[in-house]
Amino acid sequence: MAVFARPKALTEKPWHFCPGCSHGIIHTLVAEVIDELNIRETTVGVCPVGCAVVSHEYFNVDMQQAAHGRAPAVATGIKRVLPERTVFTYQGDGDLASIGTAEIIHAAARGEKITTIFVNNAIYGMTGGQMAPTTLLGQVTTTSPFGRRQDTQGYPIRVAEMLATLEGVAYVARVSVHNPKEINRAKKAIRRAFECQQKGLGFSLVEVLACCPTNWGLSPKESINWLVENMIPYYPLGEYRLPKEVQ
Amino acid sequence: MKGNEAIGEAAIRAGCRYFFGYPITPQSELPEYMARRLPAVGGVFLQAESEIAAINMVYGAAGAGARVMTSSSSPGISLKQEGISYLAGAELPAVIVNVMRGGPGLGSIQPGQSDYFQATKGGGHGDYRLIVLAPASVQEIIDLTWEAFALADQYRNPVMILSDGMLGQMMEPVVLPTQEPPVLPKPWATTGAVNRERNEIFSFFMQGEQLEEHNRRLEQKWQAMVEREKRVAEFFMEDAEIVVVAYGTTARIARRAVRQARQVGIKAGLLRPISLWPFPDEAFQRAARKARVFLSVEMSLGQMVEDVRLAVNGQVPVHFYGRVSVVPSPDEIFAMICQLADEEVAVNGSVRSA
Repeated sequence: MAVFARPKALTEKPWHFCPGCSHGIIHTLVAEVIDELNIRETTVGVCPVGCAVVSHEYFNVDMQQAAHGRAPAVATGIKRVLPERTVFTYQGDGDLASIGTAEIIHAAARGEKITTIFVNNAIYGMTGGQMAPTTLLGQVTTTSPFGRRQDTQGYPIRVAEMLATLEGVAYVARVSVHNPKEINRAKKAIRRAFECQQKGLGFSLVEVLACCPTNWGLSPKESINWLVENMIPYYPLGEYRLPKEVQ
Repeated sequence: MKGNEAIGEAAIRAGCRYFFGYPITPQSELPEYMARRLPAVGGVFLQAESEIAAINMVYGAAGAGARVMTSSSSPGISLKQEGISYLAGAELPAVIVNVMRGGPGLGSIQPGQSDYFQATKGGGHGDYRLIVLAPASVQEIIDLTWEAFALADQYRNPVMILSDGMLGQMMEPVVLPTQEPPVLPKPWATTGAVNRERNEIFSFFMQGEQLEEHNRRLEQKWQAMVEREKRVAEFFMEDAEIVVVAYGTTARIARRAVRQARQVGIKAGLLRPISLWPFPDEAFQRAARKARVFLSVEMSLGQMVEDVRLAVNGQVPVHFYGRVSVVPSPDEIFAMICQLADEEVAVNGSVRSA
């Protein structure tokens, strides 16, 4: 018996992601949860602009591709037409925390019964390593070549904490995928987020801290260390909203 | 009914059950009407946080297979252009209503027609086209809205109803459609991959050749629209020597001016494009064979006149008269017709009927 098999909710297509990138792990976790909940045929996904733009080629479910940042609005349209379906968005930090802040905040505030997988790697990936709203102070990117400074570029946004203040949010957690223990925790959080939607409790979001070795200019192993040493202190892991129905 | 509300009722009767919008003058009666009416017919009205969100909700709902509509007025339509380009790129059917006001920028809340370029030449990025329908009465608003949903489904493309603040606020007696709307199956919709291969809705093509192929295929669709969907109304055109061209509200006013001209014996006629894209150019070419001069009248500094000139193709002179966010009076247009008639008489002899 295979202990680990390819999830049915993933296609056979090989990843295009860079070595050491976390997207493959996160895609797999989402697909495993979809399999476990037996919702592959009743799920509609929305993919973003950015490195995950082609995730419609990976997730073996009905998928729509959204404009930059607009995935929560697209998902809202789908969910209102198909309230019995499970609808999720998969978004990066440039997508969700910058151009799409209005869409994510209002989908959350409306208590839209969708699930968002929010991948935070503190940088713009596909566009080539520019500063993101989540870029840490002092972090060097192509558009913050001297390191991000709070006096001119402001502070990184803590999305999970911010959304946890909204009444429409049922579940919000921040997880990481830098080691097997955290990967298991991340999967549990993703499962809870989907269960919140199934139970009609409101909006759910899982922020996943992720590595971007290519744009960080580090090796995959160095990237893991950088994430642990720099990202987790500023972006603490944990469940910021946890309804009793999924505990 | 009031023009804006008539759009809503026609949409509901055409099977539209989803409306995503954002308030802006002078179209707010439409979302307000949908907010009252849609729940009663099992539909959903949702006031989005912005025009951008509204059009992207339309994208999601259209992809999920619904008949869906949004509406706005000029500055709001500018915000929707991103989503309109994506709808066209992903081949999703939706009806978009623009109740035009003056611009650019915040402009005014008075009726305008200065979004003609934006509506007919793209507006958003990329090579795409919308079918743009311009009603000139509340009854026609109803008829064209009803038809717009069928056209959107047929071509899998957004269709725009181009109204204006005057038509939106106007009340007229109407006959509402009672027949059941034709419903096309939508096997491409993302409704959950139950017992079928999964569906994907996207407009991104990594390779240039793939995108070109996609655009070439879309081009065939635009061509089919050009061949089948041109619409025009003619008034006193049988022997017209001075052809007034106008659409929407301006056409109603021009019609009266043309009638005044006929009363004083000037052979004037009115050509009213109903489809602004595809532009009904054959009717213009036909008219140009008999006419001496064209006069395009718009509530803009001159936008449709460019298409009129293209269609007339130098056969006869094309003049322009425009007001910006001010509704022209019949007398103003009549005066322009008389002036052109006098010039024609001076140069080429009588344009008056015997």
